[in-house]
Amino acid sequence: MEFIVAKYNYWIYILLMGIGLYAMISKNNLFKKIIGMSIFQTAIIVFYVSIGAKQDATIPIIEHAHGANGAEQIIDMMRYVNPLPHVLMLTAIVVGVGTLGVALALALGIYKRYGTVEEDQILEQIK
Amino acid sequence: MIPAEQWPILIVVAPLLAAFVINVAGLFNKRLCQPLTVIALAVSFYASIKVLVQVVHDGTIHYRLGGWPPPFGIEYVIDHLNALILVLIAGVSVLASVFAKRSIEEELPDKLAFFYTLYVLLVTGLLGMTITGDAFNLYVLMEITALTNYALIAVGRDRALFSSFNYVIIGTMGACFYLLGTGHLYIMTGSLNMGDLQNILPSLYNTNAILVAFILILVGIWIKMAFFPLHGWLPNAYSYAPSATSCLIAPLMTKVSVYIMIRIMFSVFTPAYVFSAFTAHSIIVWFAVIAIIAGSVMALSQKDFKKMLSYLIIAEVGYMVGGVWLANKSGIAGAILHIVNDAVMTLCLFLVAGIVFYKTKKTLIADMKGLYRTMPITMAAFTIGAFSMIGIPPTAGFFSKWYLIKGAIAAGQWGFMGALLFSSLVNAILFFRIIEVAYFEPMADHHGSHAPAIIIDEAPLSMLTPLVVAAVGLIVLGIYSGDIIVNIISFAVPAGM
Repeated sequence: MEFIVAKYNYWIYILLMGIGLYAMISKNNLFKKIIGMSIFQTAIIVFYVSIGAKQDATIPIIEHAHGANGAEQIIDMMRYVNPLPHVLMLTAIVVGVGTLGVALALALGIYKRYGTVEEDQILEQIK
Repeated sequence: MIPAEQWPILIVVAPLLAAFVINVAGLFNKRLCQPLTVIALAVSFYASIKVLVQVVHDGTIHYRLGGWPPPFGIEYVIDHLNALILVLIAGVSVLASVFAKRSIEEELPDKLAFFYTLYVLLVTGLLGMTITGDAFNLYVLMEITALTNYALIAVGRDRALFSSFNYVIIGTMGACFYLLGTGHLYIMTGSLNMGDLQNILPSLYNTNAILVAFILILVGIWIKMAFFPLHGWLPNAYSYAPSATSCLIAPLMTKVSVYIMIRIMFSVFTPAYVFSAFTAHSIIVWFAVIAIIAGSVMALSQKDFKKMLSYLIIAEVGYMVGGVWLANKSGIAGAILHIVNDAVMTLCLFLVAGIVFYKTKKTLIADMKGLYRTMPITMAAFTIGAFSMIGIPPTAGFFSKWYLIKGAIAAGQWGFMGALLFSSLVNAILFFRIIEVAYFEPMADHHGSHAPAIIIDEAPLSMLTPLVVAAVGLIVLGIYSGDIIVNIISFAVPAGM
């Protein structure tokens, strides 16, 4: 129990990844696959964001850092969060939106051509 | 004049900026798009040759983007390995873009500007993936490559849309696994710079988190390169894409992924970890054996020319992955040489497929009857490409296969050696079947008993030139393969192998 509670952020991302993977692989409807893909990507974003979180910490902007007494100020590392994982995820979110857009555009194209978004019906028409 | 230290950035920036220019130029005059593409890629090619020469003379180049020092800023690192791959990518893309002109005017006349914009962005992504020394930057460029790739495949014929959709789903999975693995590395080390990671990691090699990170990254890259059990998306995506697209992606995508695998194995992790602490390397060689045999056998059962070539790519991926995991000098050198050779021969064969489709509008092998008579230059180039695929000297394919077999013997991996020979045999059957159909069988529509007049009906010059260059390139690469190994590849193999 301790094992699960102490690292609950990892369990959440693993659960989300599982849901996403399940939807991507086993769903028949193309839009459900796309939703699964989005959940899958979000799971990884949750993972990154959660490792950047820190209790009782603030944004890493050090006041007067360039000022006269900035150099002498002692910086307490524990009071500032690491911004890098969050910044990385900004990029990953953009990538995710891009992928989602392309996937939706393709699904729309498939619907226009085959008149359905169910995978088995499309495969039947292709044969 | 551009100062010498700025050449590395120019390789990536030239096609990136060209993407914007082409998009805008397309609004005014669509005929500008293709020349602009060729110019941008040629600049990139010239810059990459300059960089290769620099690397061969002075060793590894470190280029700091914006002047930020490495662990904080993004760094481009160009050593012997990726300098060679950069020249390869830029060179192949120049040839493919020359070919694209007539083919795209025919297949996608109303989407010229969009096509070329995505085209240069795809090349930007590939070049960026190759040149970067930062693990997260690699992910972003991998996704740029993938997104443009999905779109370029989707504009193809028949099942292209649906194949592209499957590719989106599977490709995203691959990229996400890679990102997750990088996340694990970041938690453990707090760094994303490859050189920095390699310095920090050794003290953590016995932890499970690093093992999981390594496996996740490998699986992610294997999905991207269509390594055997994860290959499902490739054949349809490549065979239904427009000819101009498949001439670019078939030679480059899988090969760049193999390069990324080598980069992760030897520049983020160390050979000591990959081949000693991580005990699965002979299992991976066996997977490569299965990939080679399965790819070859599936290629045998294809009636469509491009689809047959696509299955051969899966077999070729097995060659390269297996070669790297043989864990000795000849194996790794052979795999790197095969990246170069396989890219050129795949280009050559896909160009032939593109030209045959352009002239005859048919894709089946059975429809290639009498082509040696009507299209002698194309089919001569095809013969060289086919010989290289089979591995007949002096074409390039023979030499890399030779190194791979030497590596297999040194490592005692008889299964891998057997698979290489089996695949050569199957390739011989496959290509001689086509040569038989195209050379000996008469034209479909000859009249009565007398032979039909021979009418030479070749493709336009803009399509033949890249093909001839690729075919000649195969022989040149074959003849100079010793020099390439001695001057470039032997420095790319990690020390102590």
